[in-house]
Amino acid sequence: MTVFIIRRVMQSILVLFVMSLLVFVGVYAIGNPVEIFVAADADQAERARVIAALGLDKPLWEQYLLFIRNAVLGDLGKSFVFNQPALGLILQRMPATLELAVAAMVIALALGIPLGMYAGFRPQSRVAKAIMAGSILGFSLPTFWVGLMLIMVFAVELGWLPSTGRGATAEVFGIETSLATWDGLSHVLLPALNLALFKLSLVIRLTRAGMRENMLMDYVKFARAKGLTMRRVVFVHVLKNIMIPIVTVVGLELGSVIAFAVVTETVFAWPGMGKLIIDSINNLDRPVIVAYMLITVTMFIVINLVVDVLYSVLDPRVRLADMKG
Amino acid sequence: MATVIDRDGIETVPTATTEAPLRRFVAEFAESRLAVGGLAVLAMIIVAALAAPLISPQDPYDLNQLDILDGRLPPGTESATGFTFWLGSDDQGRDMLSAILYGLRISLGVGVMSAVIAVVIGTATGLAAAYFGGRIDTLIMRIVDIQLSFPAILVALILLAVLGQGTGKIIVALVTVQWAYYARTVRGTALVERRKEYVEAARCLALGHARILFRHLLPNCLPPLIVVATVQVAHAIALEATLSFLGIGLPITEPSLGLLIANGYEYMMSGKYWISFFPGVALLITIVSINLVGDQLRDVLNPRLRK
Amino acid sequence: MSTAPTLVVEDLKTWFYTKAGVVKAVDGVSFRVEAGKILGLVGESGSGKTVTGFSIIGLVDPPGRIEGGRILFKGRDLVGLPEDELRKLRGSRIAMIFQDPMMTLNPVLRIETQMVEAVRAHADVSEAEARQRARDALGQVGIPSPEERLKAYPHQFSGGMRQRVAIAIALINKPDLIIADEPTTALDVTIQAQILFEVQKLCRQTGTALIWITHDLSVVASLADEVCVMYAGKIVEQGSVDDVLDRPAHPYTHGLMCSVPSSNRRGTPLHQIPGVMPSLLDLPSGCSFRPRCPRADEACLEPPPMAPVGPGRLARCFHPLYGEGI
Repeated sequence: MTVFIIRRVMQSILVLFVMSLLVFVGVYAIGNPVEIFVAADADQAERARVIAALGLDKPLWEQYLLFIRNAVLGDLGKSFVFNQPALGLILQRMPATLELAVAAMVIALALGIPLGMYAGFRPQSRVAKAIMAGSILGFSLPTFWVGLMLIMVFAVELGWLPSTGRGATAEVFGIETSLATWDGLSHVLLPALNLALFKLSLVIRLTRAGMRENMLMDYVKFARAKGLTMRRVVFVHVLKNIMIPIVTVVGLELGSVIAFAVVTETVFAWPGMGKLIIDSINNLDRPVIVAYMLITVTMFIVINLVVDVLYSVLDPRVRLADMKG
Repeated sequence: MATVIDRDGIETVPTATTEAPLRRFVAEFAESRLAVGGLAVLAMIIVAALAAPLISPQDPYDLNQLDILDGRLPPGTESATGFTFWLGSDDQGRDMLSAILYGLRISLGVGVMSAVIAVVIGTATGLAAAYFGGRIDTLIMRIVDIQLSFPAILVALILLAVLGQGTGKIIVALVTVQWAYYARTVRGTALVERRKEYVEAARCLALGHARILFRHLLPNCLPPLIVVATVQVAHAIALEATLSFLGIGLPITEPSLGLLIANGYEYMMSGKYWISFFPGVALLITIVSINLVGDQLRDVLNPRLRK
Repeated sequence: MSTAPTLVVEDLKTWFYTKAGVVKAVDGVSFRVEAGKILGLVGESGSGKTVTGFSIIGLVDPPGRIEGGRILFKGRDLVGLPEDELRKLRGSRIAMIFQDPMMTLNPVLRIETQMVEAVRAHADVSEAEARQRARDALGQVGIPSPEERLKAYPHQFSGGMRQRVAIAIALINKPDLIIADEPTTALDVTIQAQILFEVQKLCRQTGTALIWITHDLSVVASLADEVCVMYAGKIVEQGSVDDVLDRPAHPYTHGLMCSVPSSNRRGTPLHQIPGVMPSLLDLPSGCSFRPRCPRADEACLEPPPMAPVGPGRLARCFHPLYGEGI
């Protein structure tokens, strides 16, 4: 087991290096690095200073090492717009994005798995067909448009929920989160729902497909032949089998949710990382862009690693095969 | 059914006839009325998009035809020049219906074009990986896996941040986001097919690599490819709309549906919903129909659900 | 005066209502099994033997259903019994063993879990007690060091072991009837022989009735007391094993016997029954075997009834190879 983990960690570090190299090449070689780290309206003296400070006149490989060193030390440049360290800016906004992402994932799972199980268990029923039709809609509706409609209906027309922004926060286990206050919850509900919609459809479809496939399998028939109640067959035998692919996909999708938060944050003016990056792209605030890219890539690699390890824990076949290997 | 006399002089009754596979495929596809409906709607949308210059009441990008006084009119109002704004007008006085038709054209065009390019690249890579195996396979699949572990929107964002904006760059981004799915699907099927006997047979006949690839492997890899492609086209269209909405997508000179929706965003609060709503509905219907068709295709072509 | 038979099947009909038509998988099957006796149900794929097994245990899923007939288990008719009652019988009084143990044991649950649940589904006993019974059952089928085996997962076992586990599960609640559906087909010949021997011994000892479904005549020869030969959904011959296999009456049984390689003389080509079993959607008129039968004539355009061809023997044929009427 430990061998497996070590191996995966080594792989992840390798990928991280490759990605950092790609980002570096993208920014320093393709883009004009001077443009990136110097604001457009800087004068010659300022340019010269930055070039010297960042070592942009040095050979490329030296620059790369410098880049890595700075990155590891946490120095990813200063934002043009805010005039603060880019890394700090992003870390400041991260909790808000994570809140949104977690709330969305919880909604997607809590609703998706039961609905999907029902749709797979009785696929011919009208409820199941309605669920599937709904899932196609959830899958196809562009997130941003749904967000607009949600605001229109619930905030503008009905006035039940606030339309934009994040609510008040409170401290829980030393973390400031808006999920701990009613005001916060009322603010997070619409955006979380919006963000969850796509994943909800995915979870429903996955669960349903898993149910359908598994219910036809021999082990289900054998379990019934033993005289087990249908309840036990579905919730113990089948569920454990379908959870494995669901957990892996969901784990991977968490990263996707964080990335997709970009859209929801823009629509709902939610003060997270996503909104920051869009604004930065529009404002050409490149240090922030670079910092965002590095951070999200790292986050992804970590998530993938965790999911892989989790998968091997859940599926005894993988775990034991790897032990022998 | 007629009996057959075989060599031993024994009469046998032949078992059920096999229909032509194409006919059975069409029949099974038609089992879902939703999917057939989706296909019909999709066909209409494609025709409308192609014929946009011919059928739209107004050319929304000809500045001479616009009058700002016609701006922000609700659906059904008549303009000063006499024709009706069936779906209302936007802030510049553009007829929404015409804008939507042109927008559909651009959205569909970009989506399909990127899909086609991605299919070609992905198929070629996938086939190469499966056919040549070994280190080429490992290398290609590593790249594919790594790329697929990042969500599409992130990849697109990063690419656009680095490359800048413009139609060509959007297409590059869309292609980059998609090709890996095709590569992986094609490689999977090709690997299975490669082990089958007809490839062995073709190899024994010393047919060239290219010929084996194109005439033998490729046709059998098509069914799952078609399923993946349908879904991916829908995603590409949605992704482009999202990027355009966020302001980092297609430039203003190529107003896709996403941009139209973005334009109308600010008017939502004041109740002039139609500027965003109708383009959104058009986008929605397009994507939903593609997904309905793709869904049924997948069910029909999935060997594991056939019992 | 012998006790009532454990199982009496009377004119069982199980039909499948598919889009292509009605498939009469089991069309009027009757037989009986006494306590402690072994019945071999023989037939090729598509003959209806597996569906018969499922019908008895009540696991025929839509679009199939039991269309008619009676299944008397210790005098009680199982047809039409509510699902709840059937569930109480399954696994406790009637058990089933399937063909491929890799697919029938749940790969993500431990053996222990799968055995303990079989006990606790029918008896209110403690976990420890159930585990003890599991250990005993494993011992009964000849699995060494059962304690370790319980903690393992199915894929850690060989095919023969897994099948023994499946048999142990079938035996764990001491059922009155076991239906075994080709349980040794996927195993090596040596393992197969071992399992056959043990199963036979167990049945004699415990008085359990056993229906052994197979396409392999040699298995039936060494194992069963009685045999029923099925073809296209109907029983075409039944009787004691010695009678049917030594002096087959139905031309199909005869064809099957001749096709067994060991019964061939060296140098002579292997005998084959010409043609193939007809699709159940499109059966020939009259006797289903008619198109492949060398003895068929116009009389066979009428469906033949099951008729006696000797003491305790029946065959569905107008021109049997043996018995009265020759």
